[in-house]
Amino acid sequence: MKLTDTVQFASGSLRGSPTRTLLMMLAMSIGVAAVVVLTALGEGARRYVVDQFASLGTNLVIVLPGRTETAGIGPGLMSGQTPREITLEDAAALLRSPAIKRIAPLTIGSATLSRDALNREVVVAGSSADMLEIRHMSMGLGRFLPAGDINDSAPVCVLGNQIKQELFGNEQAVGQWVRLGDRRFRVIGVLASQGESMGMRTDELVIVPVAAAHQLFNTSGLFRVLIEARSRDSIAQAVHDAQDIMLQRHSGERDVTVVTQDAVLQTFDRILTALTMAVGGIAAISLAVAGVLIMNVMLIAVAQRIKEIGLLKALGAPGRQIRNLFFAEAALLSGIGSVAGLMLGYFGSFIIGRIYPSLPVSPPWWAVLTACGTALGTGILFSVWPARRAAQLDPVAALAGK
Amino acid sequence: MIEFRQVCRTFSVGDQTVAALRDIDLHLVAGDYVSIMGPSGSGKSTMLNLLGLLDRPSSGTYLLDGSDVTTLDDTAQAAVRSLKIGFVFQSFHLVPRLTAAQNVELPMILAGIPAEERKARVEVLMQNYGLIARAEHRPDQLSGGQRQRVAIARATVMNPRVLLADEPTGNLDRATGREVLKLLEGLHEQGITLVLVTHDAEIGARAAQQIHMLDGRIVAGGLSPR
Repeated sequence: MKLTDTVQFASGSLRGSPTRTLLMMLAMSIGVAAVVVLTALGEGARRYVVDQFASLGTNLVIVLPGRTETAGIGPGLMSGQTPREITLEDAAALLRSPAIKRIAPLTIGSATLSRDALNREVVVAGSSADMLEIRHMSMGLGRFLPAGDINDSAPVCVLGNQIKQELFGNEQAVGQWVRLGDRRFRVIGVLASQGESMGMRTDELVIVPVAAAHQLFNTSGLFRVLIEARSRDSIAQAVHDAQDIMLQRHSGERDVTVVTQDAVLQTFDRILTALTMAVGGIAAISLAVAGVLIMNVMLIAVAQRIKEIGLLKALGAPGRQIRNLFFAEAALLSGIGSVAGLMLGYFGSFIIGRIYPSLPVSPPWWAVLTACGTALGTGILFSVWPARRAAQLDPVAALAGK
Repeated sequence: MIEFRQVCRTFSVGDQTVAALRDIDLHLVAGDYVSIMGPSGSGKSTMLNLLGLLDRPSSGTYLLDGSDVTTLDDTAQAAVRSLKIGFVFQSFHLVPRLTAAQNVELPMILAGIPAEERKARVEVLMQNYGLIARAEHRPDQLSGGQRQRVAIARATVMNPRVLLADEPTGNLDRATGREVLKLLEGLHEQGITLVLVTHDAEIGARAAQQIHMLDGRIVAGGLSPR
């Protein structure tokens, strides 16, 4: 018997009982759709977090003052001593490493921002021109801090989008003067609206040259130094170099912590991938249930079509052929069921994507493959018993319907 | 061409063994027209099932065309059924979801014959049996006589040497039954070996060779012309 004939005969017998066939395909497709939608959600969550990290900058290495064994707990807070601060000179020295592409010093403080009668408390970030590139920020209007000597404390500032709206409304802001603490700054640019990015709202930030910030807050230490490594591969080298340079400059004392965004990112990545696989696995259980359903209905089908099986044997079909016919039926059922399930799943993911636009919902390819594979696998696996039973029927008894 | 040597068939019913056939010796030559008669329970259906390789004897040997077919495995026996034996049943056994033409085509599909050849052969048979107008009808849209004609077409589509008919007229009225019988006898005249099981003495009497059975033994006829 030819393969095409086998498939045709099997699809004929499936069409012969449409309700049963439809119900089984429904069960199969719900299983596949569940896997697709749940993994799409998990993958969406993972990509959301990864994207959030990426929006902080790529190949980012962060140097912070103080030394702790576990990054994450406020450095220096636990040791009870004030660590030696990182100065602007330290930050500039980091550029000597070939693995480091650019750096941006960062000082954070808060001050009162006022224009005429309007004033509000704002977070002020002191930094340099490279901050824009490193942190992947983009300008709405005007320009960012001028490049040049980082010790230059030009009285210029860049406003976050929301601050600009609050202070100037729809008026022209670039070129205007504002007061920050006890100093006057000229607005040279407005950041594009970016929304939240890992807890730091650039929309409510005022950025000034780092030297100006130091004067404003009367400090000389940096809160962070942001480093961009030349490439993903040179991150490790950049970390090593940064530690070395800081060690030399701080007279052999290890009093800074160097963390990579990559390490944090990978941890999140691992956790969320595991989570995705877990929900995918739970959904796959529904596929196994669909498989058991197929087995159940197939057994009933063997009983119902016992005379037909007897006839096929009398007409010269060996047991192997009858087994193949039932396999073909199971394969068709789960095949069409999984295609329908995929469509259902993609449609469901699309709807979820519409409801939560910030979540990049899309089922990962491995989940799609596994779902279809599991569907086909369970379909055929669970038809082994019914198919064997049909193949081993005694033709005389089968013809008599016994 | 068909030879039974000391063939026995016993069934176990509970802890008892019941002999359906006892020490049957039989010899049929190609082109024979044989009827097997006897009351129900006499073993005539069991005999037909053994002849058609649907059942295996408990002991004894069955030679078909000079070779022992009792020792063949399932696949080989299926091949013999496919190529050498045609069945006609009392209750037709047509597949209800297939059309008349598709039912006739079925043995050729199972044998793996290419689609074009299948189509041509079905066409010829449907023409010969006067079923061409009914080719696309399903069995439940056909009369009893038409159904049995479709079944006979299906049984002969592989050009078997032997045609085994189990009460082929049992579900038909007298007139239709006679038509079907004429059709089968026409096939016999073309050279097929026809074995007919019936409990109707009038029909059985038409066969050239008549075998009477009782309690699993041949009581008259069938004596081998050895």
